[in-house]
Amino acid sequence: MYSVADLRKGLKITLDGDPFIVIAFDFVKPGKGQALYRTKMRNMINGTILDRTYRSGETFEPAFLEERTMQYLYKEDNHYCFMDNQNYEQISISEDAIGDAKNFLIDNIEAEILLFKDKPIGVSLPNFVNLRVIQTDPWLKGDTTGSDSKPATLETGYVLRVPPFIEEGELITIDTRTGDYSTRVKG
Amino acid sequence: MNSGSHLTGRQENLRNRAKILGAIRNFFSENGFIEVETPHRIPVPIPEAHIDITVSETWVLHPSPEICMKRLLAAGFDRIFQICRCWRDGERGSLHLPEFTMLEWYRTNADYTQLMDDCEALVRAVADAVGLQGVIQRQGKTTRLTDAWERLTVREAFSRYGGISVDEALEKDLFDEIMVCAIEPHLGMETPTILMEYPTERGSLARKKRGQEDVAERFELYIGGLELANAFTELVDPEEQRTRFVQEQKLRAALGKTVYPLPEKFLHDLATVPPSAGIAFGIDRLIMLLLDADRIDEVVAFTPEEL
Repeated sequence: MYSVADLRKGLKITLDGDPFIVIAFDFVKPGKGQALYRTKMRNMINGTILDRTYRSGETFEPAFLEERTMQYLYKEDNHYCFMDNQNYEQISISEDAIGDAKNFLIDNIEAEILLFKDKPIGVSLPNFVNLRVIQTDPWLKGDTTGSDSKPATLETGYVLRVPPFIEEGELITIDTRTGDYSTRVKG
Repeated sequence: MNSGSHLTGRQENLRNRAKILGAIRNFFSENGFIEVETPHRIPVPIPEAHIDITVSETWVLHPSPEICMKRLLAAGFDRIFQICRCWRDGERGSLHLPEFTMLEWYRTNADYTQLMDDCEALVRAVADAVGLQGVIQRQGKTTRLTDAWERLTVREAFSRYGGISVDEALEKDLFDEIMVCAIEPHLGMETPTILMEYPTERGSLARKKRGQEDVAERFELYIGGLELANAFTELVDPEEQRTRFVQEQKLRAALGKTVYPLPEKFLHDLATVPPSAGIAFGIDRLIMLLLDADRIDEVVAFTPEEL
């Protein structure tokens, strides 16, 4: 149990059954009035931002979150199946909870799975992953439109813009934090 | 040694702080006030519901020098000021330090309107001393000190910004939340704002307004959304003061806070205090405002965390 005096940036608490992380916090006190604690919190499941003001004496339940390294196995309908390599336990994660990570999931990739009450609520991937281009138009030499990028579709179905010299079948590196092309994998 | 590292960035603010303190002292001395010093460590504090006290053995560190300063008024002093350290337990935030610097001044044969005039003259003089020429910039917004200052009653402020009447806010026990979240951000933006006439129960040391007993002659000064000072026409009736102190003691007891005995020597001396007005002005915040600092930490040499 936390009291308002324990509130600080980065603290994770449970509100209305959801995990929240405190992203801004200040102690305020109007003249001769009572101490108030103004907080801004982010719902760790759906990202909603919440502003709340508390009085001293109020208490909070901590949010216990667990992070586990798991290996991606396969997709089945709208669920993604992962396995814990320590104990071979398998879990299935909904498309909502996967978020943008679904664009970069290739078989056997290792991901950090964030769990709240044993329920997966987020997936984080390595910052850079290598993925194969399965479709892109050839670079027309002598193209005078001056375009310095073109669309390409990756093996996961994700479409992004790549430099004109990238060809179908090539392996490229993607920054998973931005979803942007990073570099071409040589060889 | 790198103990000075956090201070490197504060050097200029601390030099300006000294300049501001000098300008405050000049202002009061030019206006016929004498500087007084009273003990920081006292036997009992004024009973106030929401001020938590720092204990020093069997005595306490004063949360304000008001008890002793009003006793000086009883002894015949007519215009006094003091700049001193005050302590309020547990108060720590971007605008709060548990040990901070307070300026208080008192005038006899005056009411809170004279203190409004004093505030205008003081802030203009001190802003001049640091070269601000009548304009304060805070977080990208401009407040003009030389235009006539806004005087707004608490009742008007609630109806204008609060979305709820002051009576309803008091009844629902939301006065402080609405003040902080909805009203304060609008105060003192174009010109400084004098927010005045607080509900009587929000001014336990203030005289009730003549002909309007539900409000007290109390005001707070705001500049750029920042609360700087709290002032009253002093309540100088010892019996009424005792009654209001007892109410504050009951509130403290209900909140599970320590209840101290009443300051009896103060109540005794209050009988001989002439009609007076007094004000407590947060000096660290004034310095923040004049130097456009976002956090109180930026204008002091050491915060508790840096000790």
